[in-house]
Amino acid sequence: MGGRSAGPIAMEGHDFALWEKRVDALMVLCGAKGLFTVDGLRRALEDMGEDAFETLSYYDRWIAATNQNLIEAGVYTLEELGQRMEEVARRGPTYGEAQE
Amino acid sequence: MPHDHHDHDHLSPSGHPYRQDNDAPLTYFQRMEIAVRELLIEKGHLTPAEIATQIDTMDARSPANGAAVVARAWTDPAFKARLMENAGDATREMGFDIGPLHLVAVENTADIHNMIVCTLCSCYPRNLLGLPPDWYKTRAYRSRAVREPRAVLREFGLELPETTRIRVHDSTADMRYIVLPARPPGTEDITEAALAKLVTRDSMIGTGLPLAPENT
Repeated sequence: MGGRSAGPIAMEGHDFALWEKRVDALMVLCGAKGLFTVDGLRRALEDMGEDAFETLSYYDRWIAATNQNLIEAGVYTLEELGQRMEEVARRGPTYGEAQE
Repeated sequence: MPHDHHDHDHLSPSGHPYRQDNDAPLTYFQRMEIAVRELLIEKGHLTPAEIATQIDTMDARSPANGAAVVARAWTDPAFKARLMENAGDATREMGFDIGPLHLVAVENTADIHNMIVCTLCSCYPRNLLGLPPDWYKTRAYRSRAVREPRAVLREFGLELPETTRIRVHDSTADMRYIVLPARPPGTEDITEAALAKLVTRDSMIGTGLPLAPENT
């Protein structure tokens, strides 16, 4: 990416949402506990392809990379993840309501 | 992060637009975050308290930490020498938790202006300054900082003389940079604490300069 041309830099910021802070915390803590390395996260991000950088948000990509590494490390299975995500969806339509 | 708020009537206390959070329709990746977090807790890898503590720790980190380091370097030549030698050790000496990162301080002088970027993604001296601003993570900043730094700095309102050499430092996961800005003129008589108030976040990224003393 470095060295390409691009348009003006968007200067607006935003307050981090709770779910974004949690993604950051999960990534840092799992790294600290040796469940994956930062290189593993980097590889997962690169593997998403350019499209992911156009269509997904920053924290979308980071939770996806964290998840990919945890499945590869055998922390849980893809099936467990899928089942839990379906269960979360059934709890309610908003982030707040979908908490256990 | 895509960001399409232009309604400045609805700003948070930090001056940013309110971001929809717990009451907006649940997204796919929010569901993934909830599922991953619950599975990590159930399988005994993390506790809810650890997660809450980590969020608090990150929230407590702010550019004020970096500003204290810069002000110390401006007033204590021996500290500055240690900072330039090994910024990680020097800042740990002030009680900051730098983690296992290599932290490198780069000094602005009359002839050289330093700025930092992470062209890969978002590596930033987060243990000292907190989470990076959104613009630091934009494709536009990351692409252009190394290609046309002078034009980028102009967008930040910083017009440097043509004779100033600009050095752009590309961060990596384990090598983080912080800019030691030049001490503003006219600050010879003010205290270390007052100096720290002149040190802005952007002056430590290199996209800005410290405030002048009359502007505080």
